[in-house]
Amino acid sequence: MALDAELLQIVGLSFLVAGTSTLIGSVIGIPLGAMIALKEFRGRDFVRTLAFTFYGFPPVLAGLLVFLLLSKEGPLGSLEWLFTPIGMVVAQVLIVTPIVTGITASAVMSVEKRLHETALALGADGRQWRATALHEARVGLLTAVMLGFGRAISEVGAVLIVGGNIRGYTRVLTTAIVLETSQAHYVEATVFGVVLFAVSFVVFAVLQRVQGRAFL
Amino acid sequence: MTAPIVIEAVEKAFGEKAVLRGVSAEIQRGEIFGILGPSGAGKTTVLRLVDLLLAPDAGRILFHGTALDPRSPEALAQRRRMAMIMQNPATFRASVFENVAFGLWLRGADAAEVRARVFQALEFVGLLGAARERADRLSGGEQQRIAFARAAVLRPEVLLLDEFTANLDPANVRALEEATLRYRRETGCTVVIVTHNLFQAKRLADRAALLLDGRLVEVAPAKDIFENPQRAETRAFLTGEMAY
Repeated sequence: MALDAELLQIVGLSFLVAGTSTLIGSVIGIPLGAMIALKEFRGRDFVRTLAFTFYGFPPVLAGLLVFLLLSKEGPLGSLEWLFTPIGMVVAQVLIVTPIVTGITASAVMSVEKRLHETALALGADGRQWRATALHEARVGLLTAVMLGFGRAISEVGAVLIVGGNIRGYTRVLTTAIVLETSQAHYVEATVFGVVLFAVSFVVFAVLQRVQGRAFL
Repeated sequence: MTAPIVIEAVEKAFGEKAVLRGVSAEIQRGEIFGILGPSGAGKTTVLRLVDLLLAPDAGRILFHGTALDPRSPEALAQRRRMAMIMQNPATFRASVFENVAFGLWLRGADAAEVRARVFQALEFVGLLGAARERADRLSGGEQQRIAFARAAVLRPEVLLLDEFTANLDPANVRALEEATLRYRRETGCTVVIVTHNLFQAKRLADRAALLLDGRLVEVAPAKDIFENPQRAETRAFLTGEMAY
């Protein structure tokens, strides 16, 4: 009974942290990716390269960076977000945003290459073209959000460092698996793993259905 | 009556490569003007300049007496009086109906007008039964007919056709050529067609121009160009002596 309640709390927090960071990462990453793809500006190639480089940004490094920022001696220490779910979200936003930005940029760039002149020749102005490009890239944008969420929900390094894996407060599925495994509680670790897989499967199935509809 | 499109000594280069070297021509209202030439002669560049997708490096293009400039505030309104069909039809990830309606939606046409005009255009190209199908699932020929309907539905003053039947089977080539002739007959619109297909130019064009190496070497009524070319280069091109 106690495990059930704790399990529910862990599952809830896992999805709250991953969902919130994916939402924030998408709000930042989709417009940024679209801007990289559609707008001519100085340093565009540099920003694009940076976004792609951060694709592979090690989560542990993101965790360390946020830890240093949020620690008492750090520049954002006064916020007291270290070892809180908010701190975990901040760390995951750092991981999710480059993924969403990079995939969005790629998706919109491929639309740009294929349809830009056609849309202009049919009479689109700049604003109409940008709206059309995003609409055309909608499957790619959903893929970006799905991969961002996938990275966030399965991530362990950053949330462990920044959240501290505090029972009943910052413990999420991945950190619970690490803890139970380290204590040789393999059954519990496996249960958490199965729950993580099952709930992720449901979320991706729903997103995939939405993505399927977005084809037309 | 002044010609709706006047091309005056236009030059265009891409990097070091000069593509157009002082092209001049007048395209008359309601005519089908064919631009012939081998690949890489600069034919498509002429169309893209007329459609304000590019700006000339030198010279100018007048549209009803006004110089075209893609950066000017009037560029959008000018471009909306023309429609261009590209060599490779790029369809939107949407139904056939939505593809054809696209330009009308951009112009803020109301739903009833969009519906009526789109169905009329689809009937014109023989795709009425495919209105609800996904455009990208149709064959290349059908997609090019969508592109034709997408342009025709806008009732442009000038229709620009860029190798619009290249790579299509003979049945689709014939259907699109007939659609072009019928559309011009019914609307009186000016058509500029770029092609390296001599037979197509012969079948469609009222006047033809031969573009070689960025220069128009001969402009004349199509019959004269094909039956009695004045320039040695034109003769060489038409008889196949010119390798390209």
